[in-house]
Amino acid sequence: MARLVVLGGGVAGHTTATFAAKWLGSQHEVVVVTPNSKWNWIPSNIWVGVGQMTKEEVTFDLAPVYAKAGITFHQAKAVSINPEGSDSSEKPFVTIEYTEEGKAGETEVVEYDYLVNATGPKLNFDATPGLGDGNGQMGDNTVSVCTADHAVHASHKLAEAIEKMKGGTRQKFLIGTGHGMCTCQGAAFEYIFNIENELRKSGVRDMADIKWISNESFLGDFGMGGLHMKVGGYVVSSKLFAESLYAERSIDWLIGAHTSKVENGKVEYELLDGSKGEEEFDFAMLIPPFAGVGLKAYDKAGEDITGTVFAPNGFMKVDADYTAKPYAEWKASDWPRTYQNPTYSNMFAAGIAFAPPHLISKPMKSPNGTPINPTPPRTGMPSGIIGKAVAHSVCDLMTKGENAHLHEASMAEMGAACVASAGKGVFTGTAAAMTVYPVVPDFEKYPGTGRDTDYTFGEIGLAGHWIKHILHFLFIYKAKLNPGWTLIPE
Amino acid sequence: MKEEELNFEKEQFSLTMIPGKFARSMRTCVIWQFIRFVIINVKMIIVVGKSH
Ligand SMILES: Cc1cc2nc3c(=O)[nH]c(=O)nc-3n(C[C@H](O)[C@H](O)[C@H](O)COP(=O)(O)OP(=O)(O)OC[C@H]3O[C@@H](n4cnc5c(N)ncnc54)[C@H](O)[C@@H]3O)c2cc1C
Repeated sequence: MARLVVLGGGVAGHTTATFAAKWLGSQHEVVVVTPNSKWNWIPSNIWVGVGQMTKEEVTFDLAPVYAKAGITFHQAKAVSINPEGSDSSEKPFVTIEYTEEGKAGETEVVEYDYLVNATGPKLNFDATPGLGDGNGQMGDNTVSVCTADHAVHASHKLAEAIEKMKGGTRQKFLIGTGHGMCTCQGAAFEYIFNIENELRKSGVRDMADIKWISNESFLGDFGMGGLHMKVGGYVVSSKLFAESLYAERSIDWLIGAHTSKVENGKVEYELLDGSKGEEEFDFAMLIPPFAGVGLKAYDKAGEDITGTVFAPNGFMKVDADYTAKPYAEWKASDWPRTYQNPTYSNMFAAGIAFAPPHLISKPMKSPNGTPINPTPPRTGMPSGIIGKAVAHSVCDLMTKGENAHLHEASMAEMGAACVASAGKGVFTGTAAAMTVYPVVPDFEKYPGTGRDTDYTFGEIGLAGHWIKHILHFLFIYKAKLNPGWTLIPE
Repeated sequence: MKEEELNFEKEQFSLTMIPGKFARSMRTCVIWQFIRFVIINVKMIIVVGKSH
């Protein structure tokens, strides 16, 4: 019997573990190590953040689901990996630290035959002074929607702001990115439009000034270098699409901005032209930059090999081409296909945890040398597809032997369907429904736009909202492993 | 005053396109949106199929 250990029970890790458990049956063991007792459908945190959903509606307990699937569950966080074992252990292992009540702080060693790192991002609030609390957590100056608890807190702050407006006090809302190297602009995009929608519903829109601040060099970049999509018979840049929506909803924008400092009611920023400025706010939701979760790695002798296994940003190295090269020489083929670690072939990384070879958006710097560009997004659909491909590979390695063919899922050959909510409501809601193919542009195949315009489209409307709402139920149904779950695509 | 007059008043917005009354109303017109729902779903299923 061999053992697969999956670190992280989020979109990618849950997909890997559940498929692996199904395909391997009781012949082999699947173990999940993840610090939270609950699974969270993160995209719906947006609706929690505006008080339209509760935390309970977007989360569920993992333990019964893993018990049903025959998966061993440790509510713990991985701290380090020993891919060669140690003096006292021939087998590779991970060291975990329990987070479960009653066991919190206890450490344990979990041996593995195969390891999948799907630990997602560390929300690196402290990268921007004042955005974090100095201890790795979110500070008091802004709110976030990155976790369900953050979103609950954000909804309370929003309710307070609405009360103030009802009492006659104008409020300034600042939403966007909290650093020059952030990703996940899509989440902030959804949040700003949901807030705008809530303010209109509450009858206080005229008492609010709403502003977008982001590290994108143009509105609609979304960390993907923007996209050209079919809208109303035209092929248009997402810049026009996004600017149109901001203008329609009367939302100002400040782009090419590195948020350099956050204080109570004020941010300082630097722009791509090198100029510096300040923006005041009453309510701010600024997405933090992402980094790897800080796993360490040691060789058999106990020497630190973290730099061999992980990229400097903390994400795990996989089969990508990490050679530093200028933007003009970036190729679709630089992107990983199997997500296997190049040094230890029994280790894989899936979802946000793998180190991308480079940005997708054009790299930009201010004249002061400050990098101001979005880092590549790895959204839900690619994370799920990668998680499933990795599960397939590991299962084949376990059942067919070391020479089994590895399954491939390159982001340069895969599309993504994104539905960005612009307001909730069964008959009044809207969302931008978009597909992009491929996620990473391939300028050799599509020299103009980098993408196939037959499969890259977008439109805003109530239909998009219905799809987003149905996806909420569908993905939670699937993650709970309810009957037919394997038929629902990632 | 037409809504677009309000929108284009701000200089930052003046170089983009803004939907008029008809386009806006179609976005929440249930019959039209039901048709779009079917079409978008088909398109998404094709992209999802190409990606697996
Ligand atoms: C507000 C918001 C809205 C979003 N909306 C959308 C959307 O509409 N559509 C879309 O496609 N994508 C969306 N995304 C992105 C999507 O959530 C991510 O792409 C996806 O969650 C990435 O999956 P992952 O498994 O890599 O990471 P995660 O889902 O973050 O999972 C990582 C897991 O690892 C665990 N972990 C962390 N540290 C450790 C450790 N040391 N040891 C073990 N486990 C650890 C975490 O607790 C977590 O369970 C949104 C993101 C945010 C923040």
